[in-house]
Amino acid sequence: MSTTIDARGLSCPQPVLMFMDATKSSADKEFIVLVDSDASMENVSRAAESKNCTVTVTRQADEYRLDIVRPL
Amino acid sequence: MVKNFFSTRKGIITVGAVIGILAPLLQKLGNPGNMGICVACFGRDIAGGLGLHRADVVQYLRPEIIGFVLGSLAAALIFKDYRARTGSAPFVRFILGVFAMIGALVFLGCPWRALLRLSGGDWNAILGLAGLICGIWIGTLFLKNGYNLGRTQKTHFSAGLLMPLVMAGFLILMLIYPQVAQEPKSGVLFYSVKGPGASHAPLFIAIGSGLIIGFIAQRSRFCTMGAFRDLILFKQVHLLSGVIALIAAALVMNLILGQFHMGFEKQPVAHNLHIWNFIGMALAGLAFALAGGCPGRQIFLSGEGDGDAAVFVFGMITGSAFAHNFGLASSPAGLGPHGMAAVAAGFAACLFIGFTMRKTI
Repeated sequence: MSTTIDARGLSCPQPVLMFMDATKSSADKEFIVLVDSDASMENVSRAAESKNCTVTVTRQADEYRLDIVRPL
Repeated sequence: MVKNFFSTRKGIITVGAVIGILAPLLQKLGNPGNMGICVACFGRDIAGGLGLHRADVVQYLRPEIIGFVLGSLAAALIFKDYRARTGSAPFVRFILGVFAMIGALVFLGCPWRALLRLSGGDWNAILGLAGLICGIWIGTLFLKNGYNLGRTQKTHFSAGLLMPLVMAGFLILMLIYPQVAQEPKSGVLFYSVKGPGASHAPLFIAIGSGLIIGFIAQRSRFCTMGAFRDLILFKQVHLLSGVIALIAAALVMNLILGQFHMGFEKQPVAHNLHIWNFIGMALAGLAFALAGGCPGRQIFLSGEGDGDAAVFVFGMITGSAFAHNFGLASSPAGLGPHGMAAVAAGFAACLFIGFTMRKTI
């Protein structure tokens, strides 16, 4: 199972806060984070990588999808 | 995908260092003391240049600010990072901008200037920075408790161009009505013949520096408020490393240029009322945290299509007009006659916003 976080339209630090909260409240290993700015994409990636997650970023038109996998 | 160099640790340090090098140089070339760049002071000078307030010592359409917006626009367009957007509680952001400016003008500087004052040896900046961090910390408490101003909406490509066009218009006005020596007015624009507004680097150097900083700051997301917010909220030091680089580079530059003068007394465009340096910046820090960016960052965002950030910037410009029309701004002589009341009103407004604007998203 994965948790999807729709942070489109939200500016920093909201996307990072939402991702961090989700990692605490969910036992899921995979997270999908949707953002619509480069700054949010970079901020969430940085936060995830600081928690040793792997991050795969896909640009879809003007938006980004981040597939984040937590370490075991 | 090409990695954005400026979003890396080395990148943000580079940007902080470039600002730290250019600001003291701009001071050497004519900008006011420890004010190579100050987004609050320069916004206030722009308000004066347009006649929105009539404090005759602070009137000048600062080209650095124009450069910031246009440089950010260029970077956003080149790197496909331009997104026209608006609609996340714009009037709330306007009010936050007003009180952010009033708080900053009680201290006499934005966070950038606080860093530059510190690197010029003005120890009063320590109180300002402590207040700034305290205000940001209060802001993080609201953020942890669900404070947010809601989502933006995509809007017309051209809507995001309005702020850069306004700034381009200001530049055109400066070219049509250039400063005339010892004259307080040129065409529709007001100029200072004495005081900080009369101290400025040559126009094209100022705008060139602004363009460079705007370009690289847009790419790096350099933000002084975010530096402390991310440290408090996430224990992240990414943005903070840029702030430290700015201080270090500016300190070295000030030592080289002979602009480093240690002490609390007789510092340029500063007062040494410690409590009010702290409280003024605490108000500004809280307003920046609630709005999601320091004044510099808001200006860069306004260049990349963020209409809400543009509203915040014009809130700041309006706030500076209130500050000087109502006697709220400090001066080297001390507080303005109504500065304390304005700070109290500002905290009341920010707390109202922080406590009431929460929702589950």
